[in-house]
Amino acid sequence: MSSVENIQTMNAATPGRGLWHDAWLRLIRNRAAVSGAVILGFMALLVIVGPYLSPYAFDHIDWEHISTPPDLASGHVFGTDAVGRDLFVRTLYGGRLSLAVGLAATLVSLFIGVAYGATAGYLGGRTDSVMMRIVDILYAMPFMFFVILLMVFFGRSLVLIFVAIGAINWLDMARIVRGQTLSLKQKEFIESARACGVGSAGIIARHIVPNLLGVVIVYVTLTIPQVILVESFLSFLGLGVQEPYTSWGALVNEGAQGMESAPWSLMFPAVFLAATLFCLNFIGDGLRDALDPQDR
Amino acid sequence: MLAFAFKRFLGAWPTLLILATLAFVLVRAAPGGPFDVEKSLPPEIQANLDRQYHLDEPLAKQYGRFLAGLAQGDLGPSFQYKDYTVNELIATGFPVSLRLGALAMGVALLLGLSLGVIAALRQNTFTDYAVMATAMTGISIPNFVMAPLLILLFAVALNWLPAGGWEGGHWKHTLLPVIALSLPQVAYIARLTRGSMLEVLRSNFIRTARAKGVPERWVILRHALRPALLPVVSYLGPATAAIVTGSVVVEQIFGIPGLGRYFVQGALNRDYTLVMGVVVFYGALIVAFNLLVDLIYAWLDPRIRY
Repeated sequence: MSSVENIQTMNAATPGRGLWHDAWLRLIRNRAAVSGAVILGFMALLVIVGPYLSPYAFDHIDWEHISTPPDLASGHVFGTDAVGRDLFVRTLYGGRLSLAVGLAATLVSLFIGVAYGATAGYLGGRTDSVMMRIVDILYAMPFMFFVILLMVFFGRSLVLIFVAIGAINWLDMARIVRGQTLSLKQKEFIESARACGVGSAGIIARHIVPNLLGVVIVYVTLTIPQVILVESFLSFLGLGVQEPYTSWGALVNEGAQGMESAPWSLMFPAVFLAATLFCLNFIGDGLRDALDPQDR
Repeated sequence: MLAFAFKRFLGAWPTLLILATLAFVLVRAAPGGPFDVEKSLPPEIQANLDRQYHLDEPLAKQYGRFLAGLAQGDLGPSFQYKDYTVNELIATGFPVSLRLGALAMGVALLLGLSLGVIAALRQNTFTDYAVMATAMTGISIPNFVMAPLLILLFAVALNWLPAGGWEGGHWKHTLLPVIALSLPQVAYIARLTRGSMLEVLRSNFIRTARAKGVPERWVILRHALRPALLPVVSYLGPATAAIVTGSVVVEQIFGIPGLGRYFVQGALNRDYTLVMGVVVFYGALIVAFNLLVDLIYAWLDPRIRY
């Protein structure tokens, strides 16, 4: 009787340490990842509320302060650009756009990649080899060139940026997900689901996809910086967002053109862009170490 | 090995065909033609132009003409640079881009591999952390940010190197572009090498080699390095694509007269044939390089036969 009670109290005292709990502990012990997350959180907050703190609008032209260096007295904390717009507000607005594109396009690639990869891996056989052959062929395409063409020919719309970038990045996701699915579908719980009469679609949606979560989370965190990079690359070439809207890539481009006389207009957006990519990469690395211990 | 190489070689052709078709469809689906100017041309002149460039023919016929030209290695006349064929434009631009890209690739491999191996051998020491921190910097600073920063530091502030231009590839003009182009790849390769080297060093055959009394230098160079190189070799394909894409903006920033600049100009001018030519050319280059990588991979790892 007493031993049973002991066991019960022991169980109550030490809650189960599942896979996710372990991973969480490993993650918060990773200092680089935690500081990355904190800085990124701060930056996201700044990007969202920051523009309201400045007296200037992102497209307001201050004729008295054209291309002035950072100056607290006039309220242009980061200085102004070549046509007198406040760089602090523009950098934050650019950040909104870059981060939003990063998230949205990653979601696009997430949905396509997971659906495609899980289907190919689960169905296997000829379907799988045809589907993966298509991925192989697409993989060999110089996609960046196609995206540039799309932007030039069909005009620069945000939707097109999302779709174009998302459509490139799903290939890696599909490959990774397929590989995982191939090993998952040998497991007993899949067999038992099939024995209970669950259909293929049901098994993929209910049993395969939830078990892919760990890999997918890691990969998503590593995709976001890539997507932000592609968007800024396009904006840098002048093919991204259109004036007066802006993004970090476009700001870096403007800054690079006038950097000899106005280095601050290059430095601020460059630092914000690089810092964001840093944080995201650190978080991604940390998550990979935490969720996928054999990969260390 | 020969049969495998042949099979891979055959497999590359459908990819090229799809590439060419995609380029053709995309360019033709685009609104606006190459001769759109502010005031529209008289219809007779428009018709003449269309006839000269075969734009009046049905699409299927144009597609056939395009493919037939490709089969003979003829990419057609440029729409914007009158009197030049696309082949001639590529022939002027590509050597410059090739030199830049090959240098960047060489630097990336040399530096990336050695840094990765050193970091792996000194795991969890200061050296390791320093290399990995540098690699993270390389990955997180895109080359279109790195390039202006390099110019700002070395050309504007210190005045050591010119800010742009090519001058036939003089080292003073190549140094900064090569750094900007190769740094992200150095970083990726160093990280990959470190990871796979660590994994290989933990495996049984390395322990056996050490137990036999093989000198540590030989353990690393003869036993560990070859298997550790495999992930790096398979990364060479994406690395080439990244360098080709990166050279578009690096050439733009440094004012280098390479193929990347022609491409951007061609796209902005709606120079159909030039744009298609460059896409197909670079696509073929990447496909060929991937083929080469596959063969190297199979040669390094005899287990691979598919």
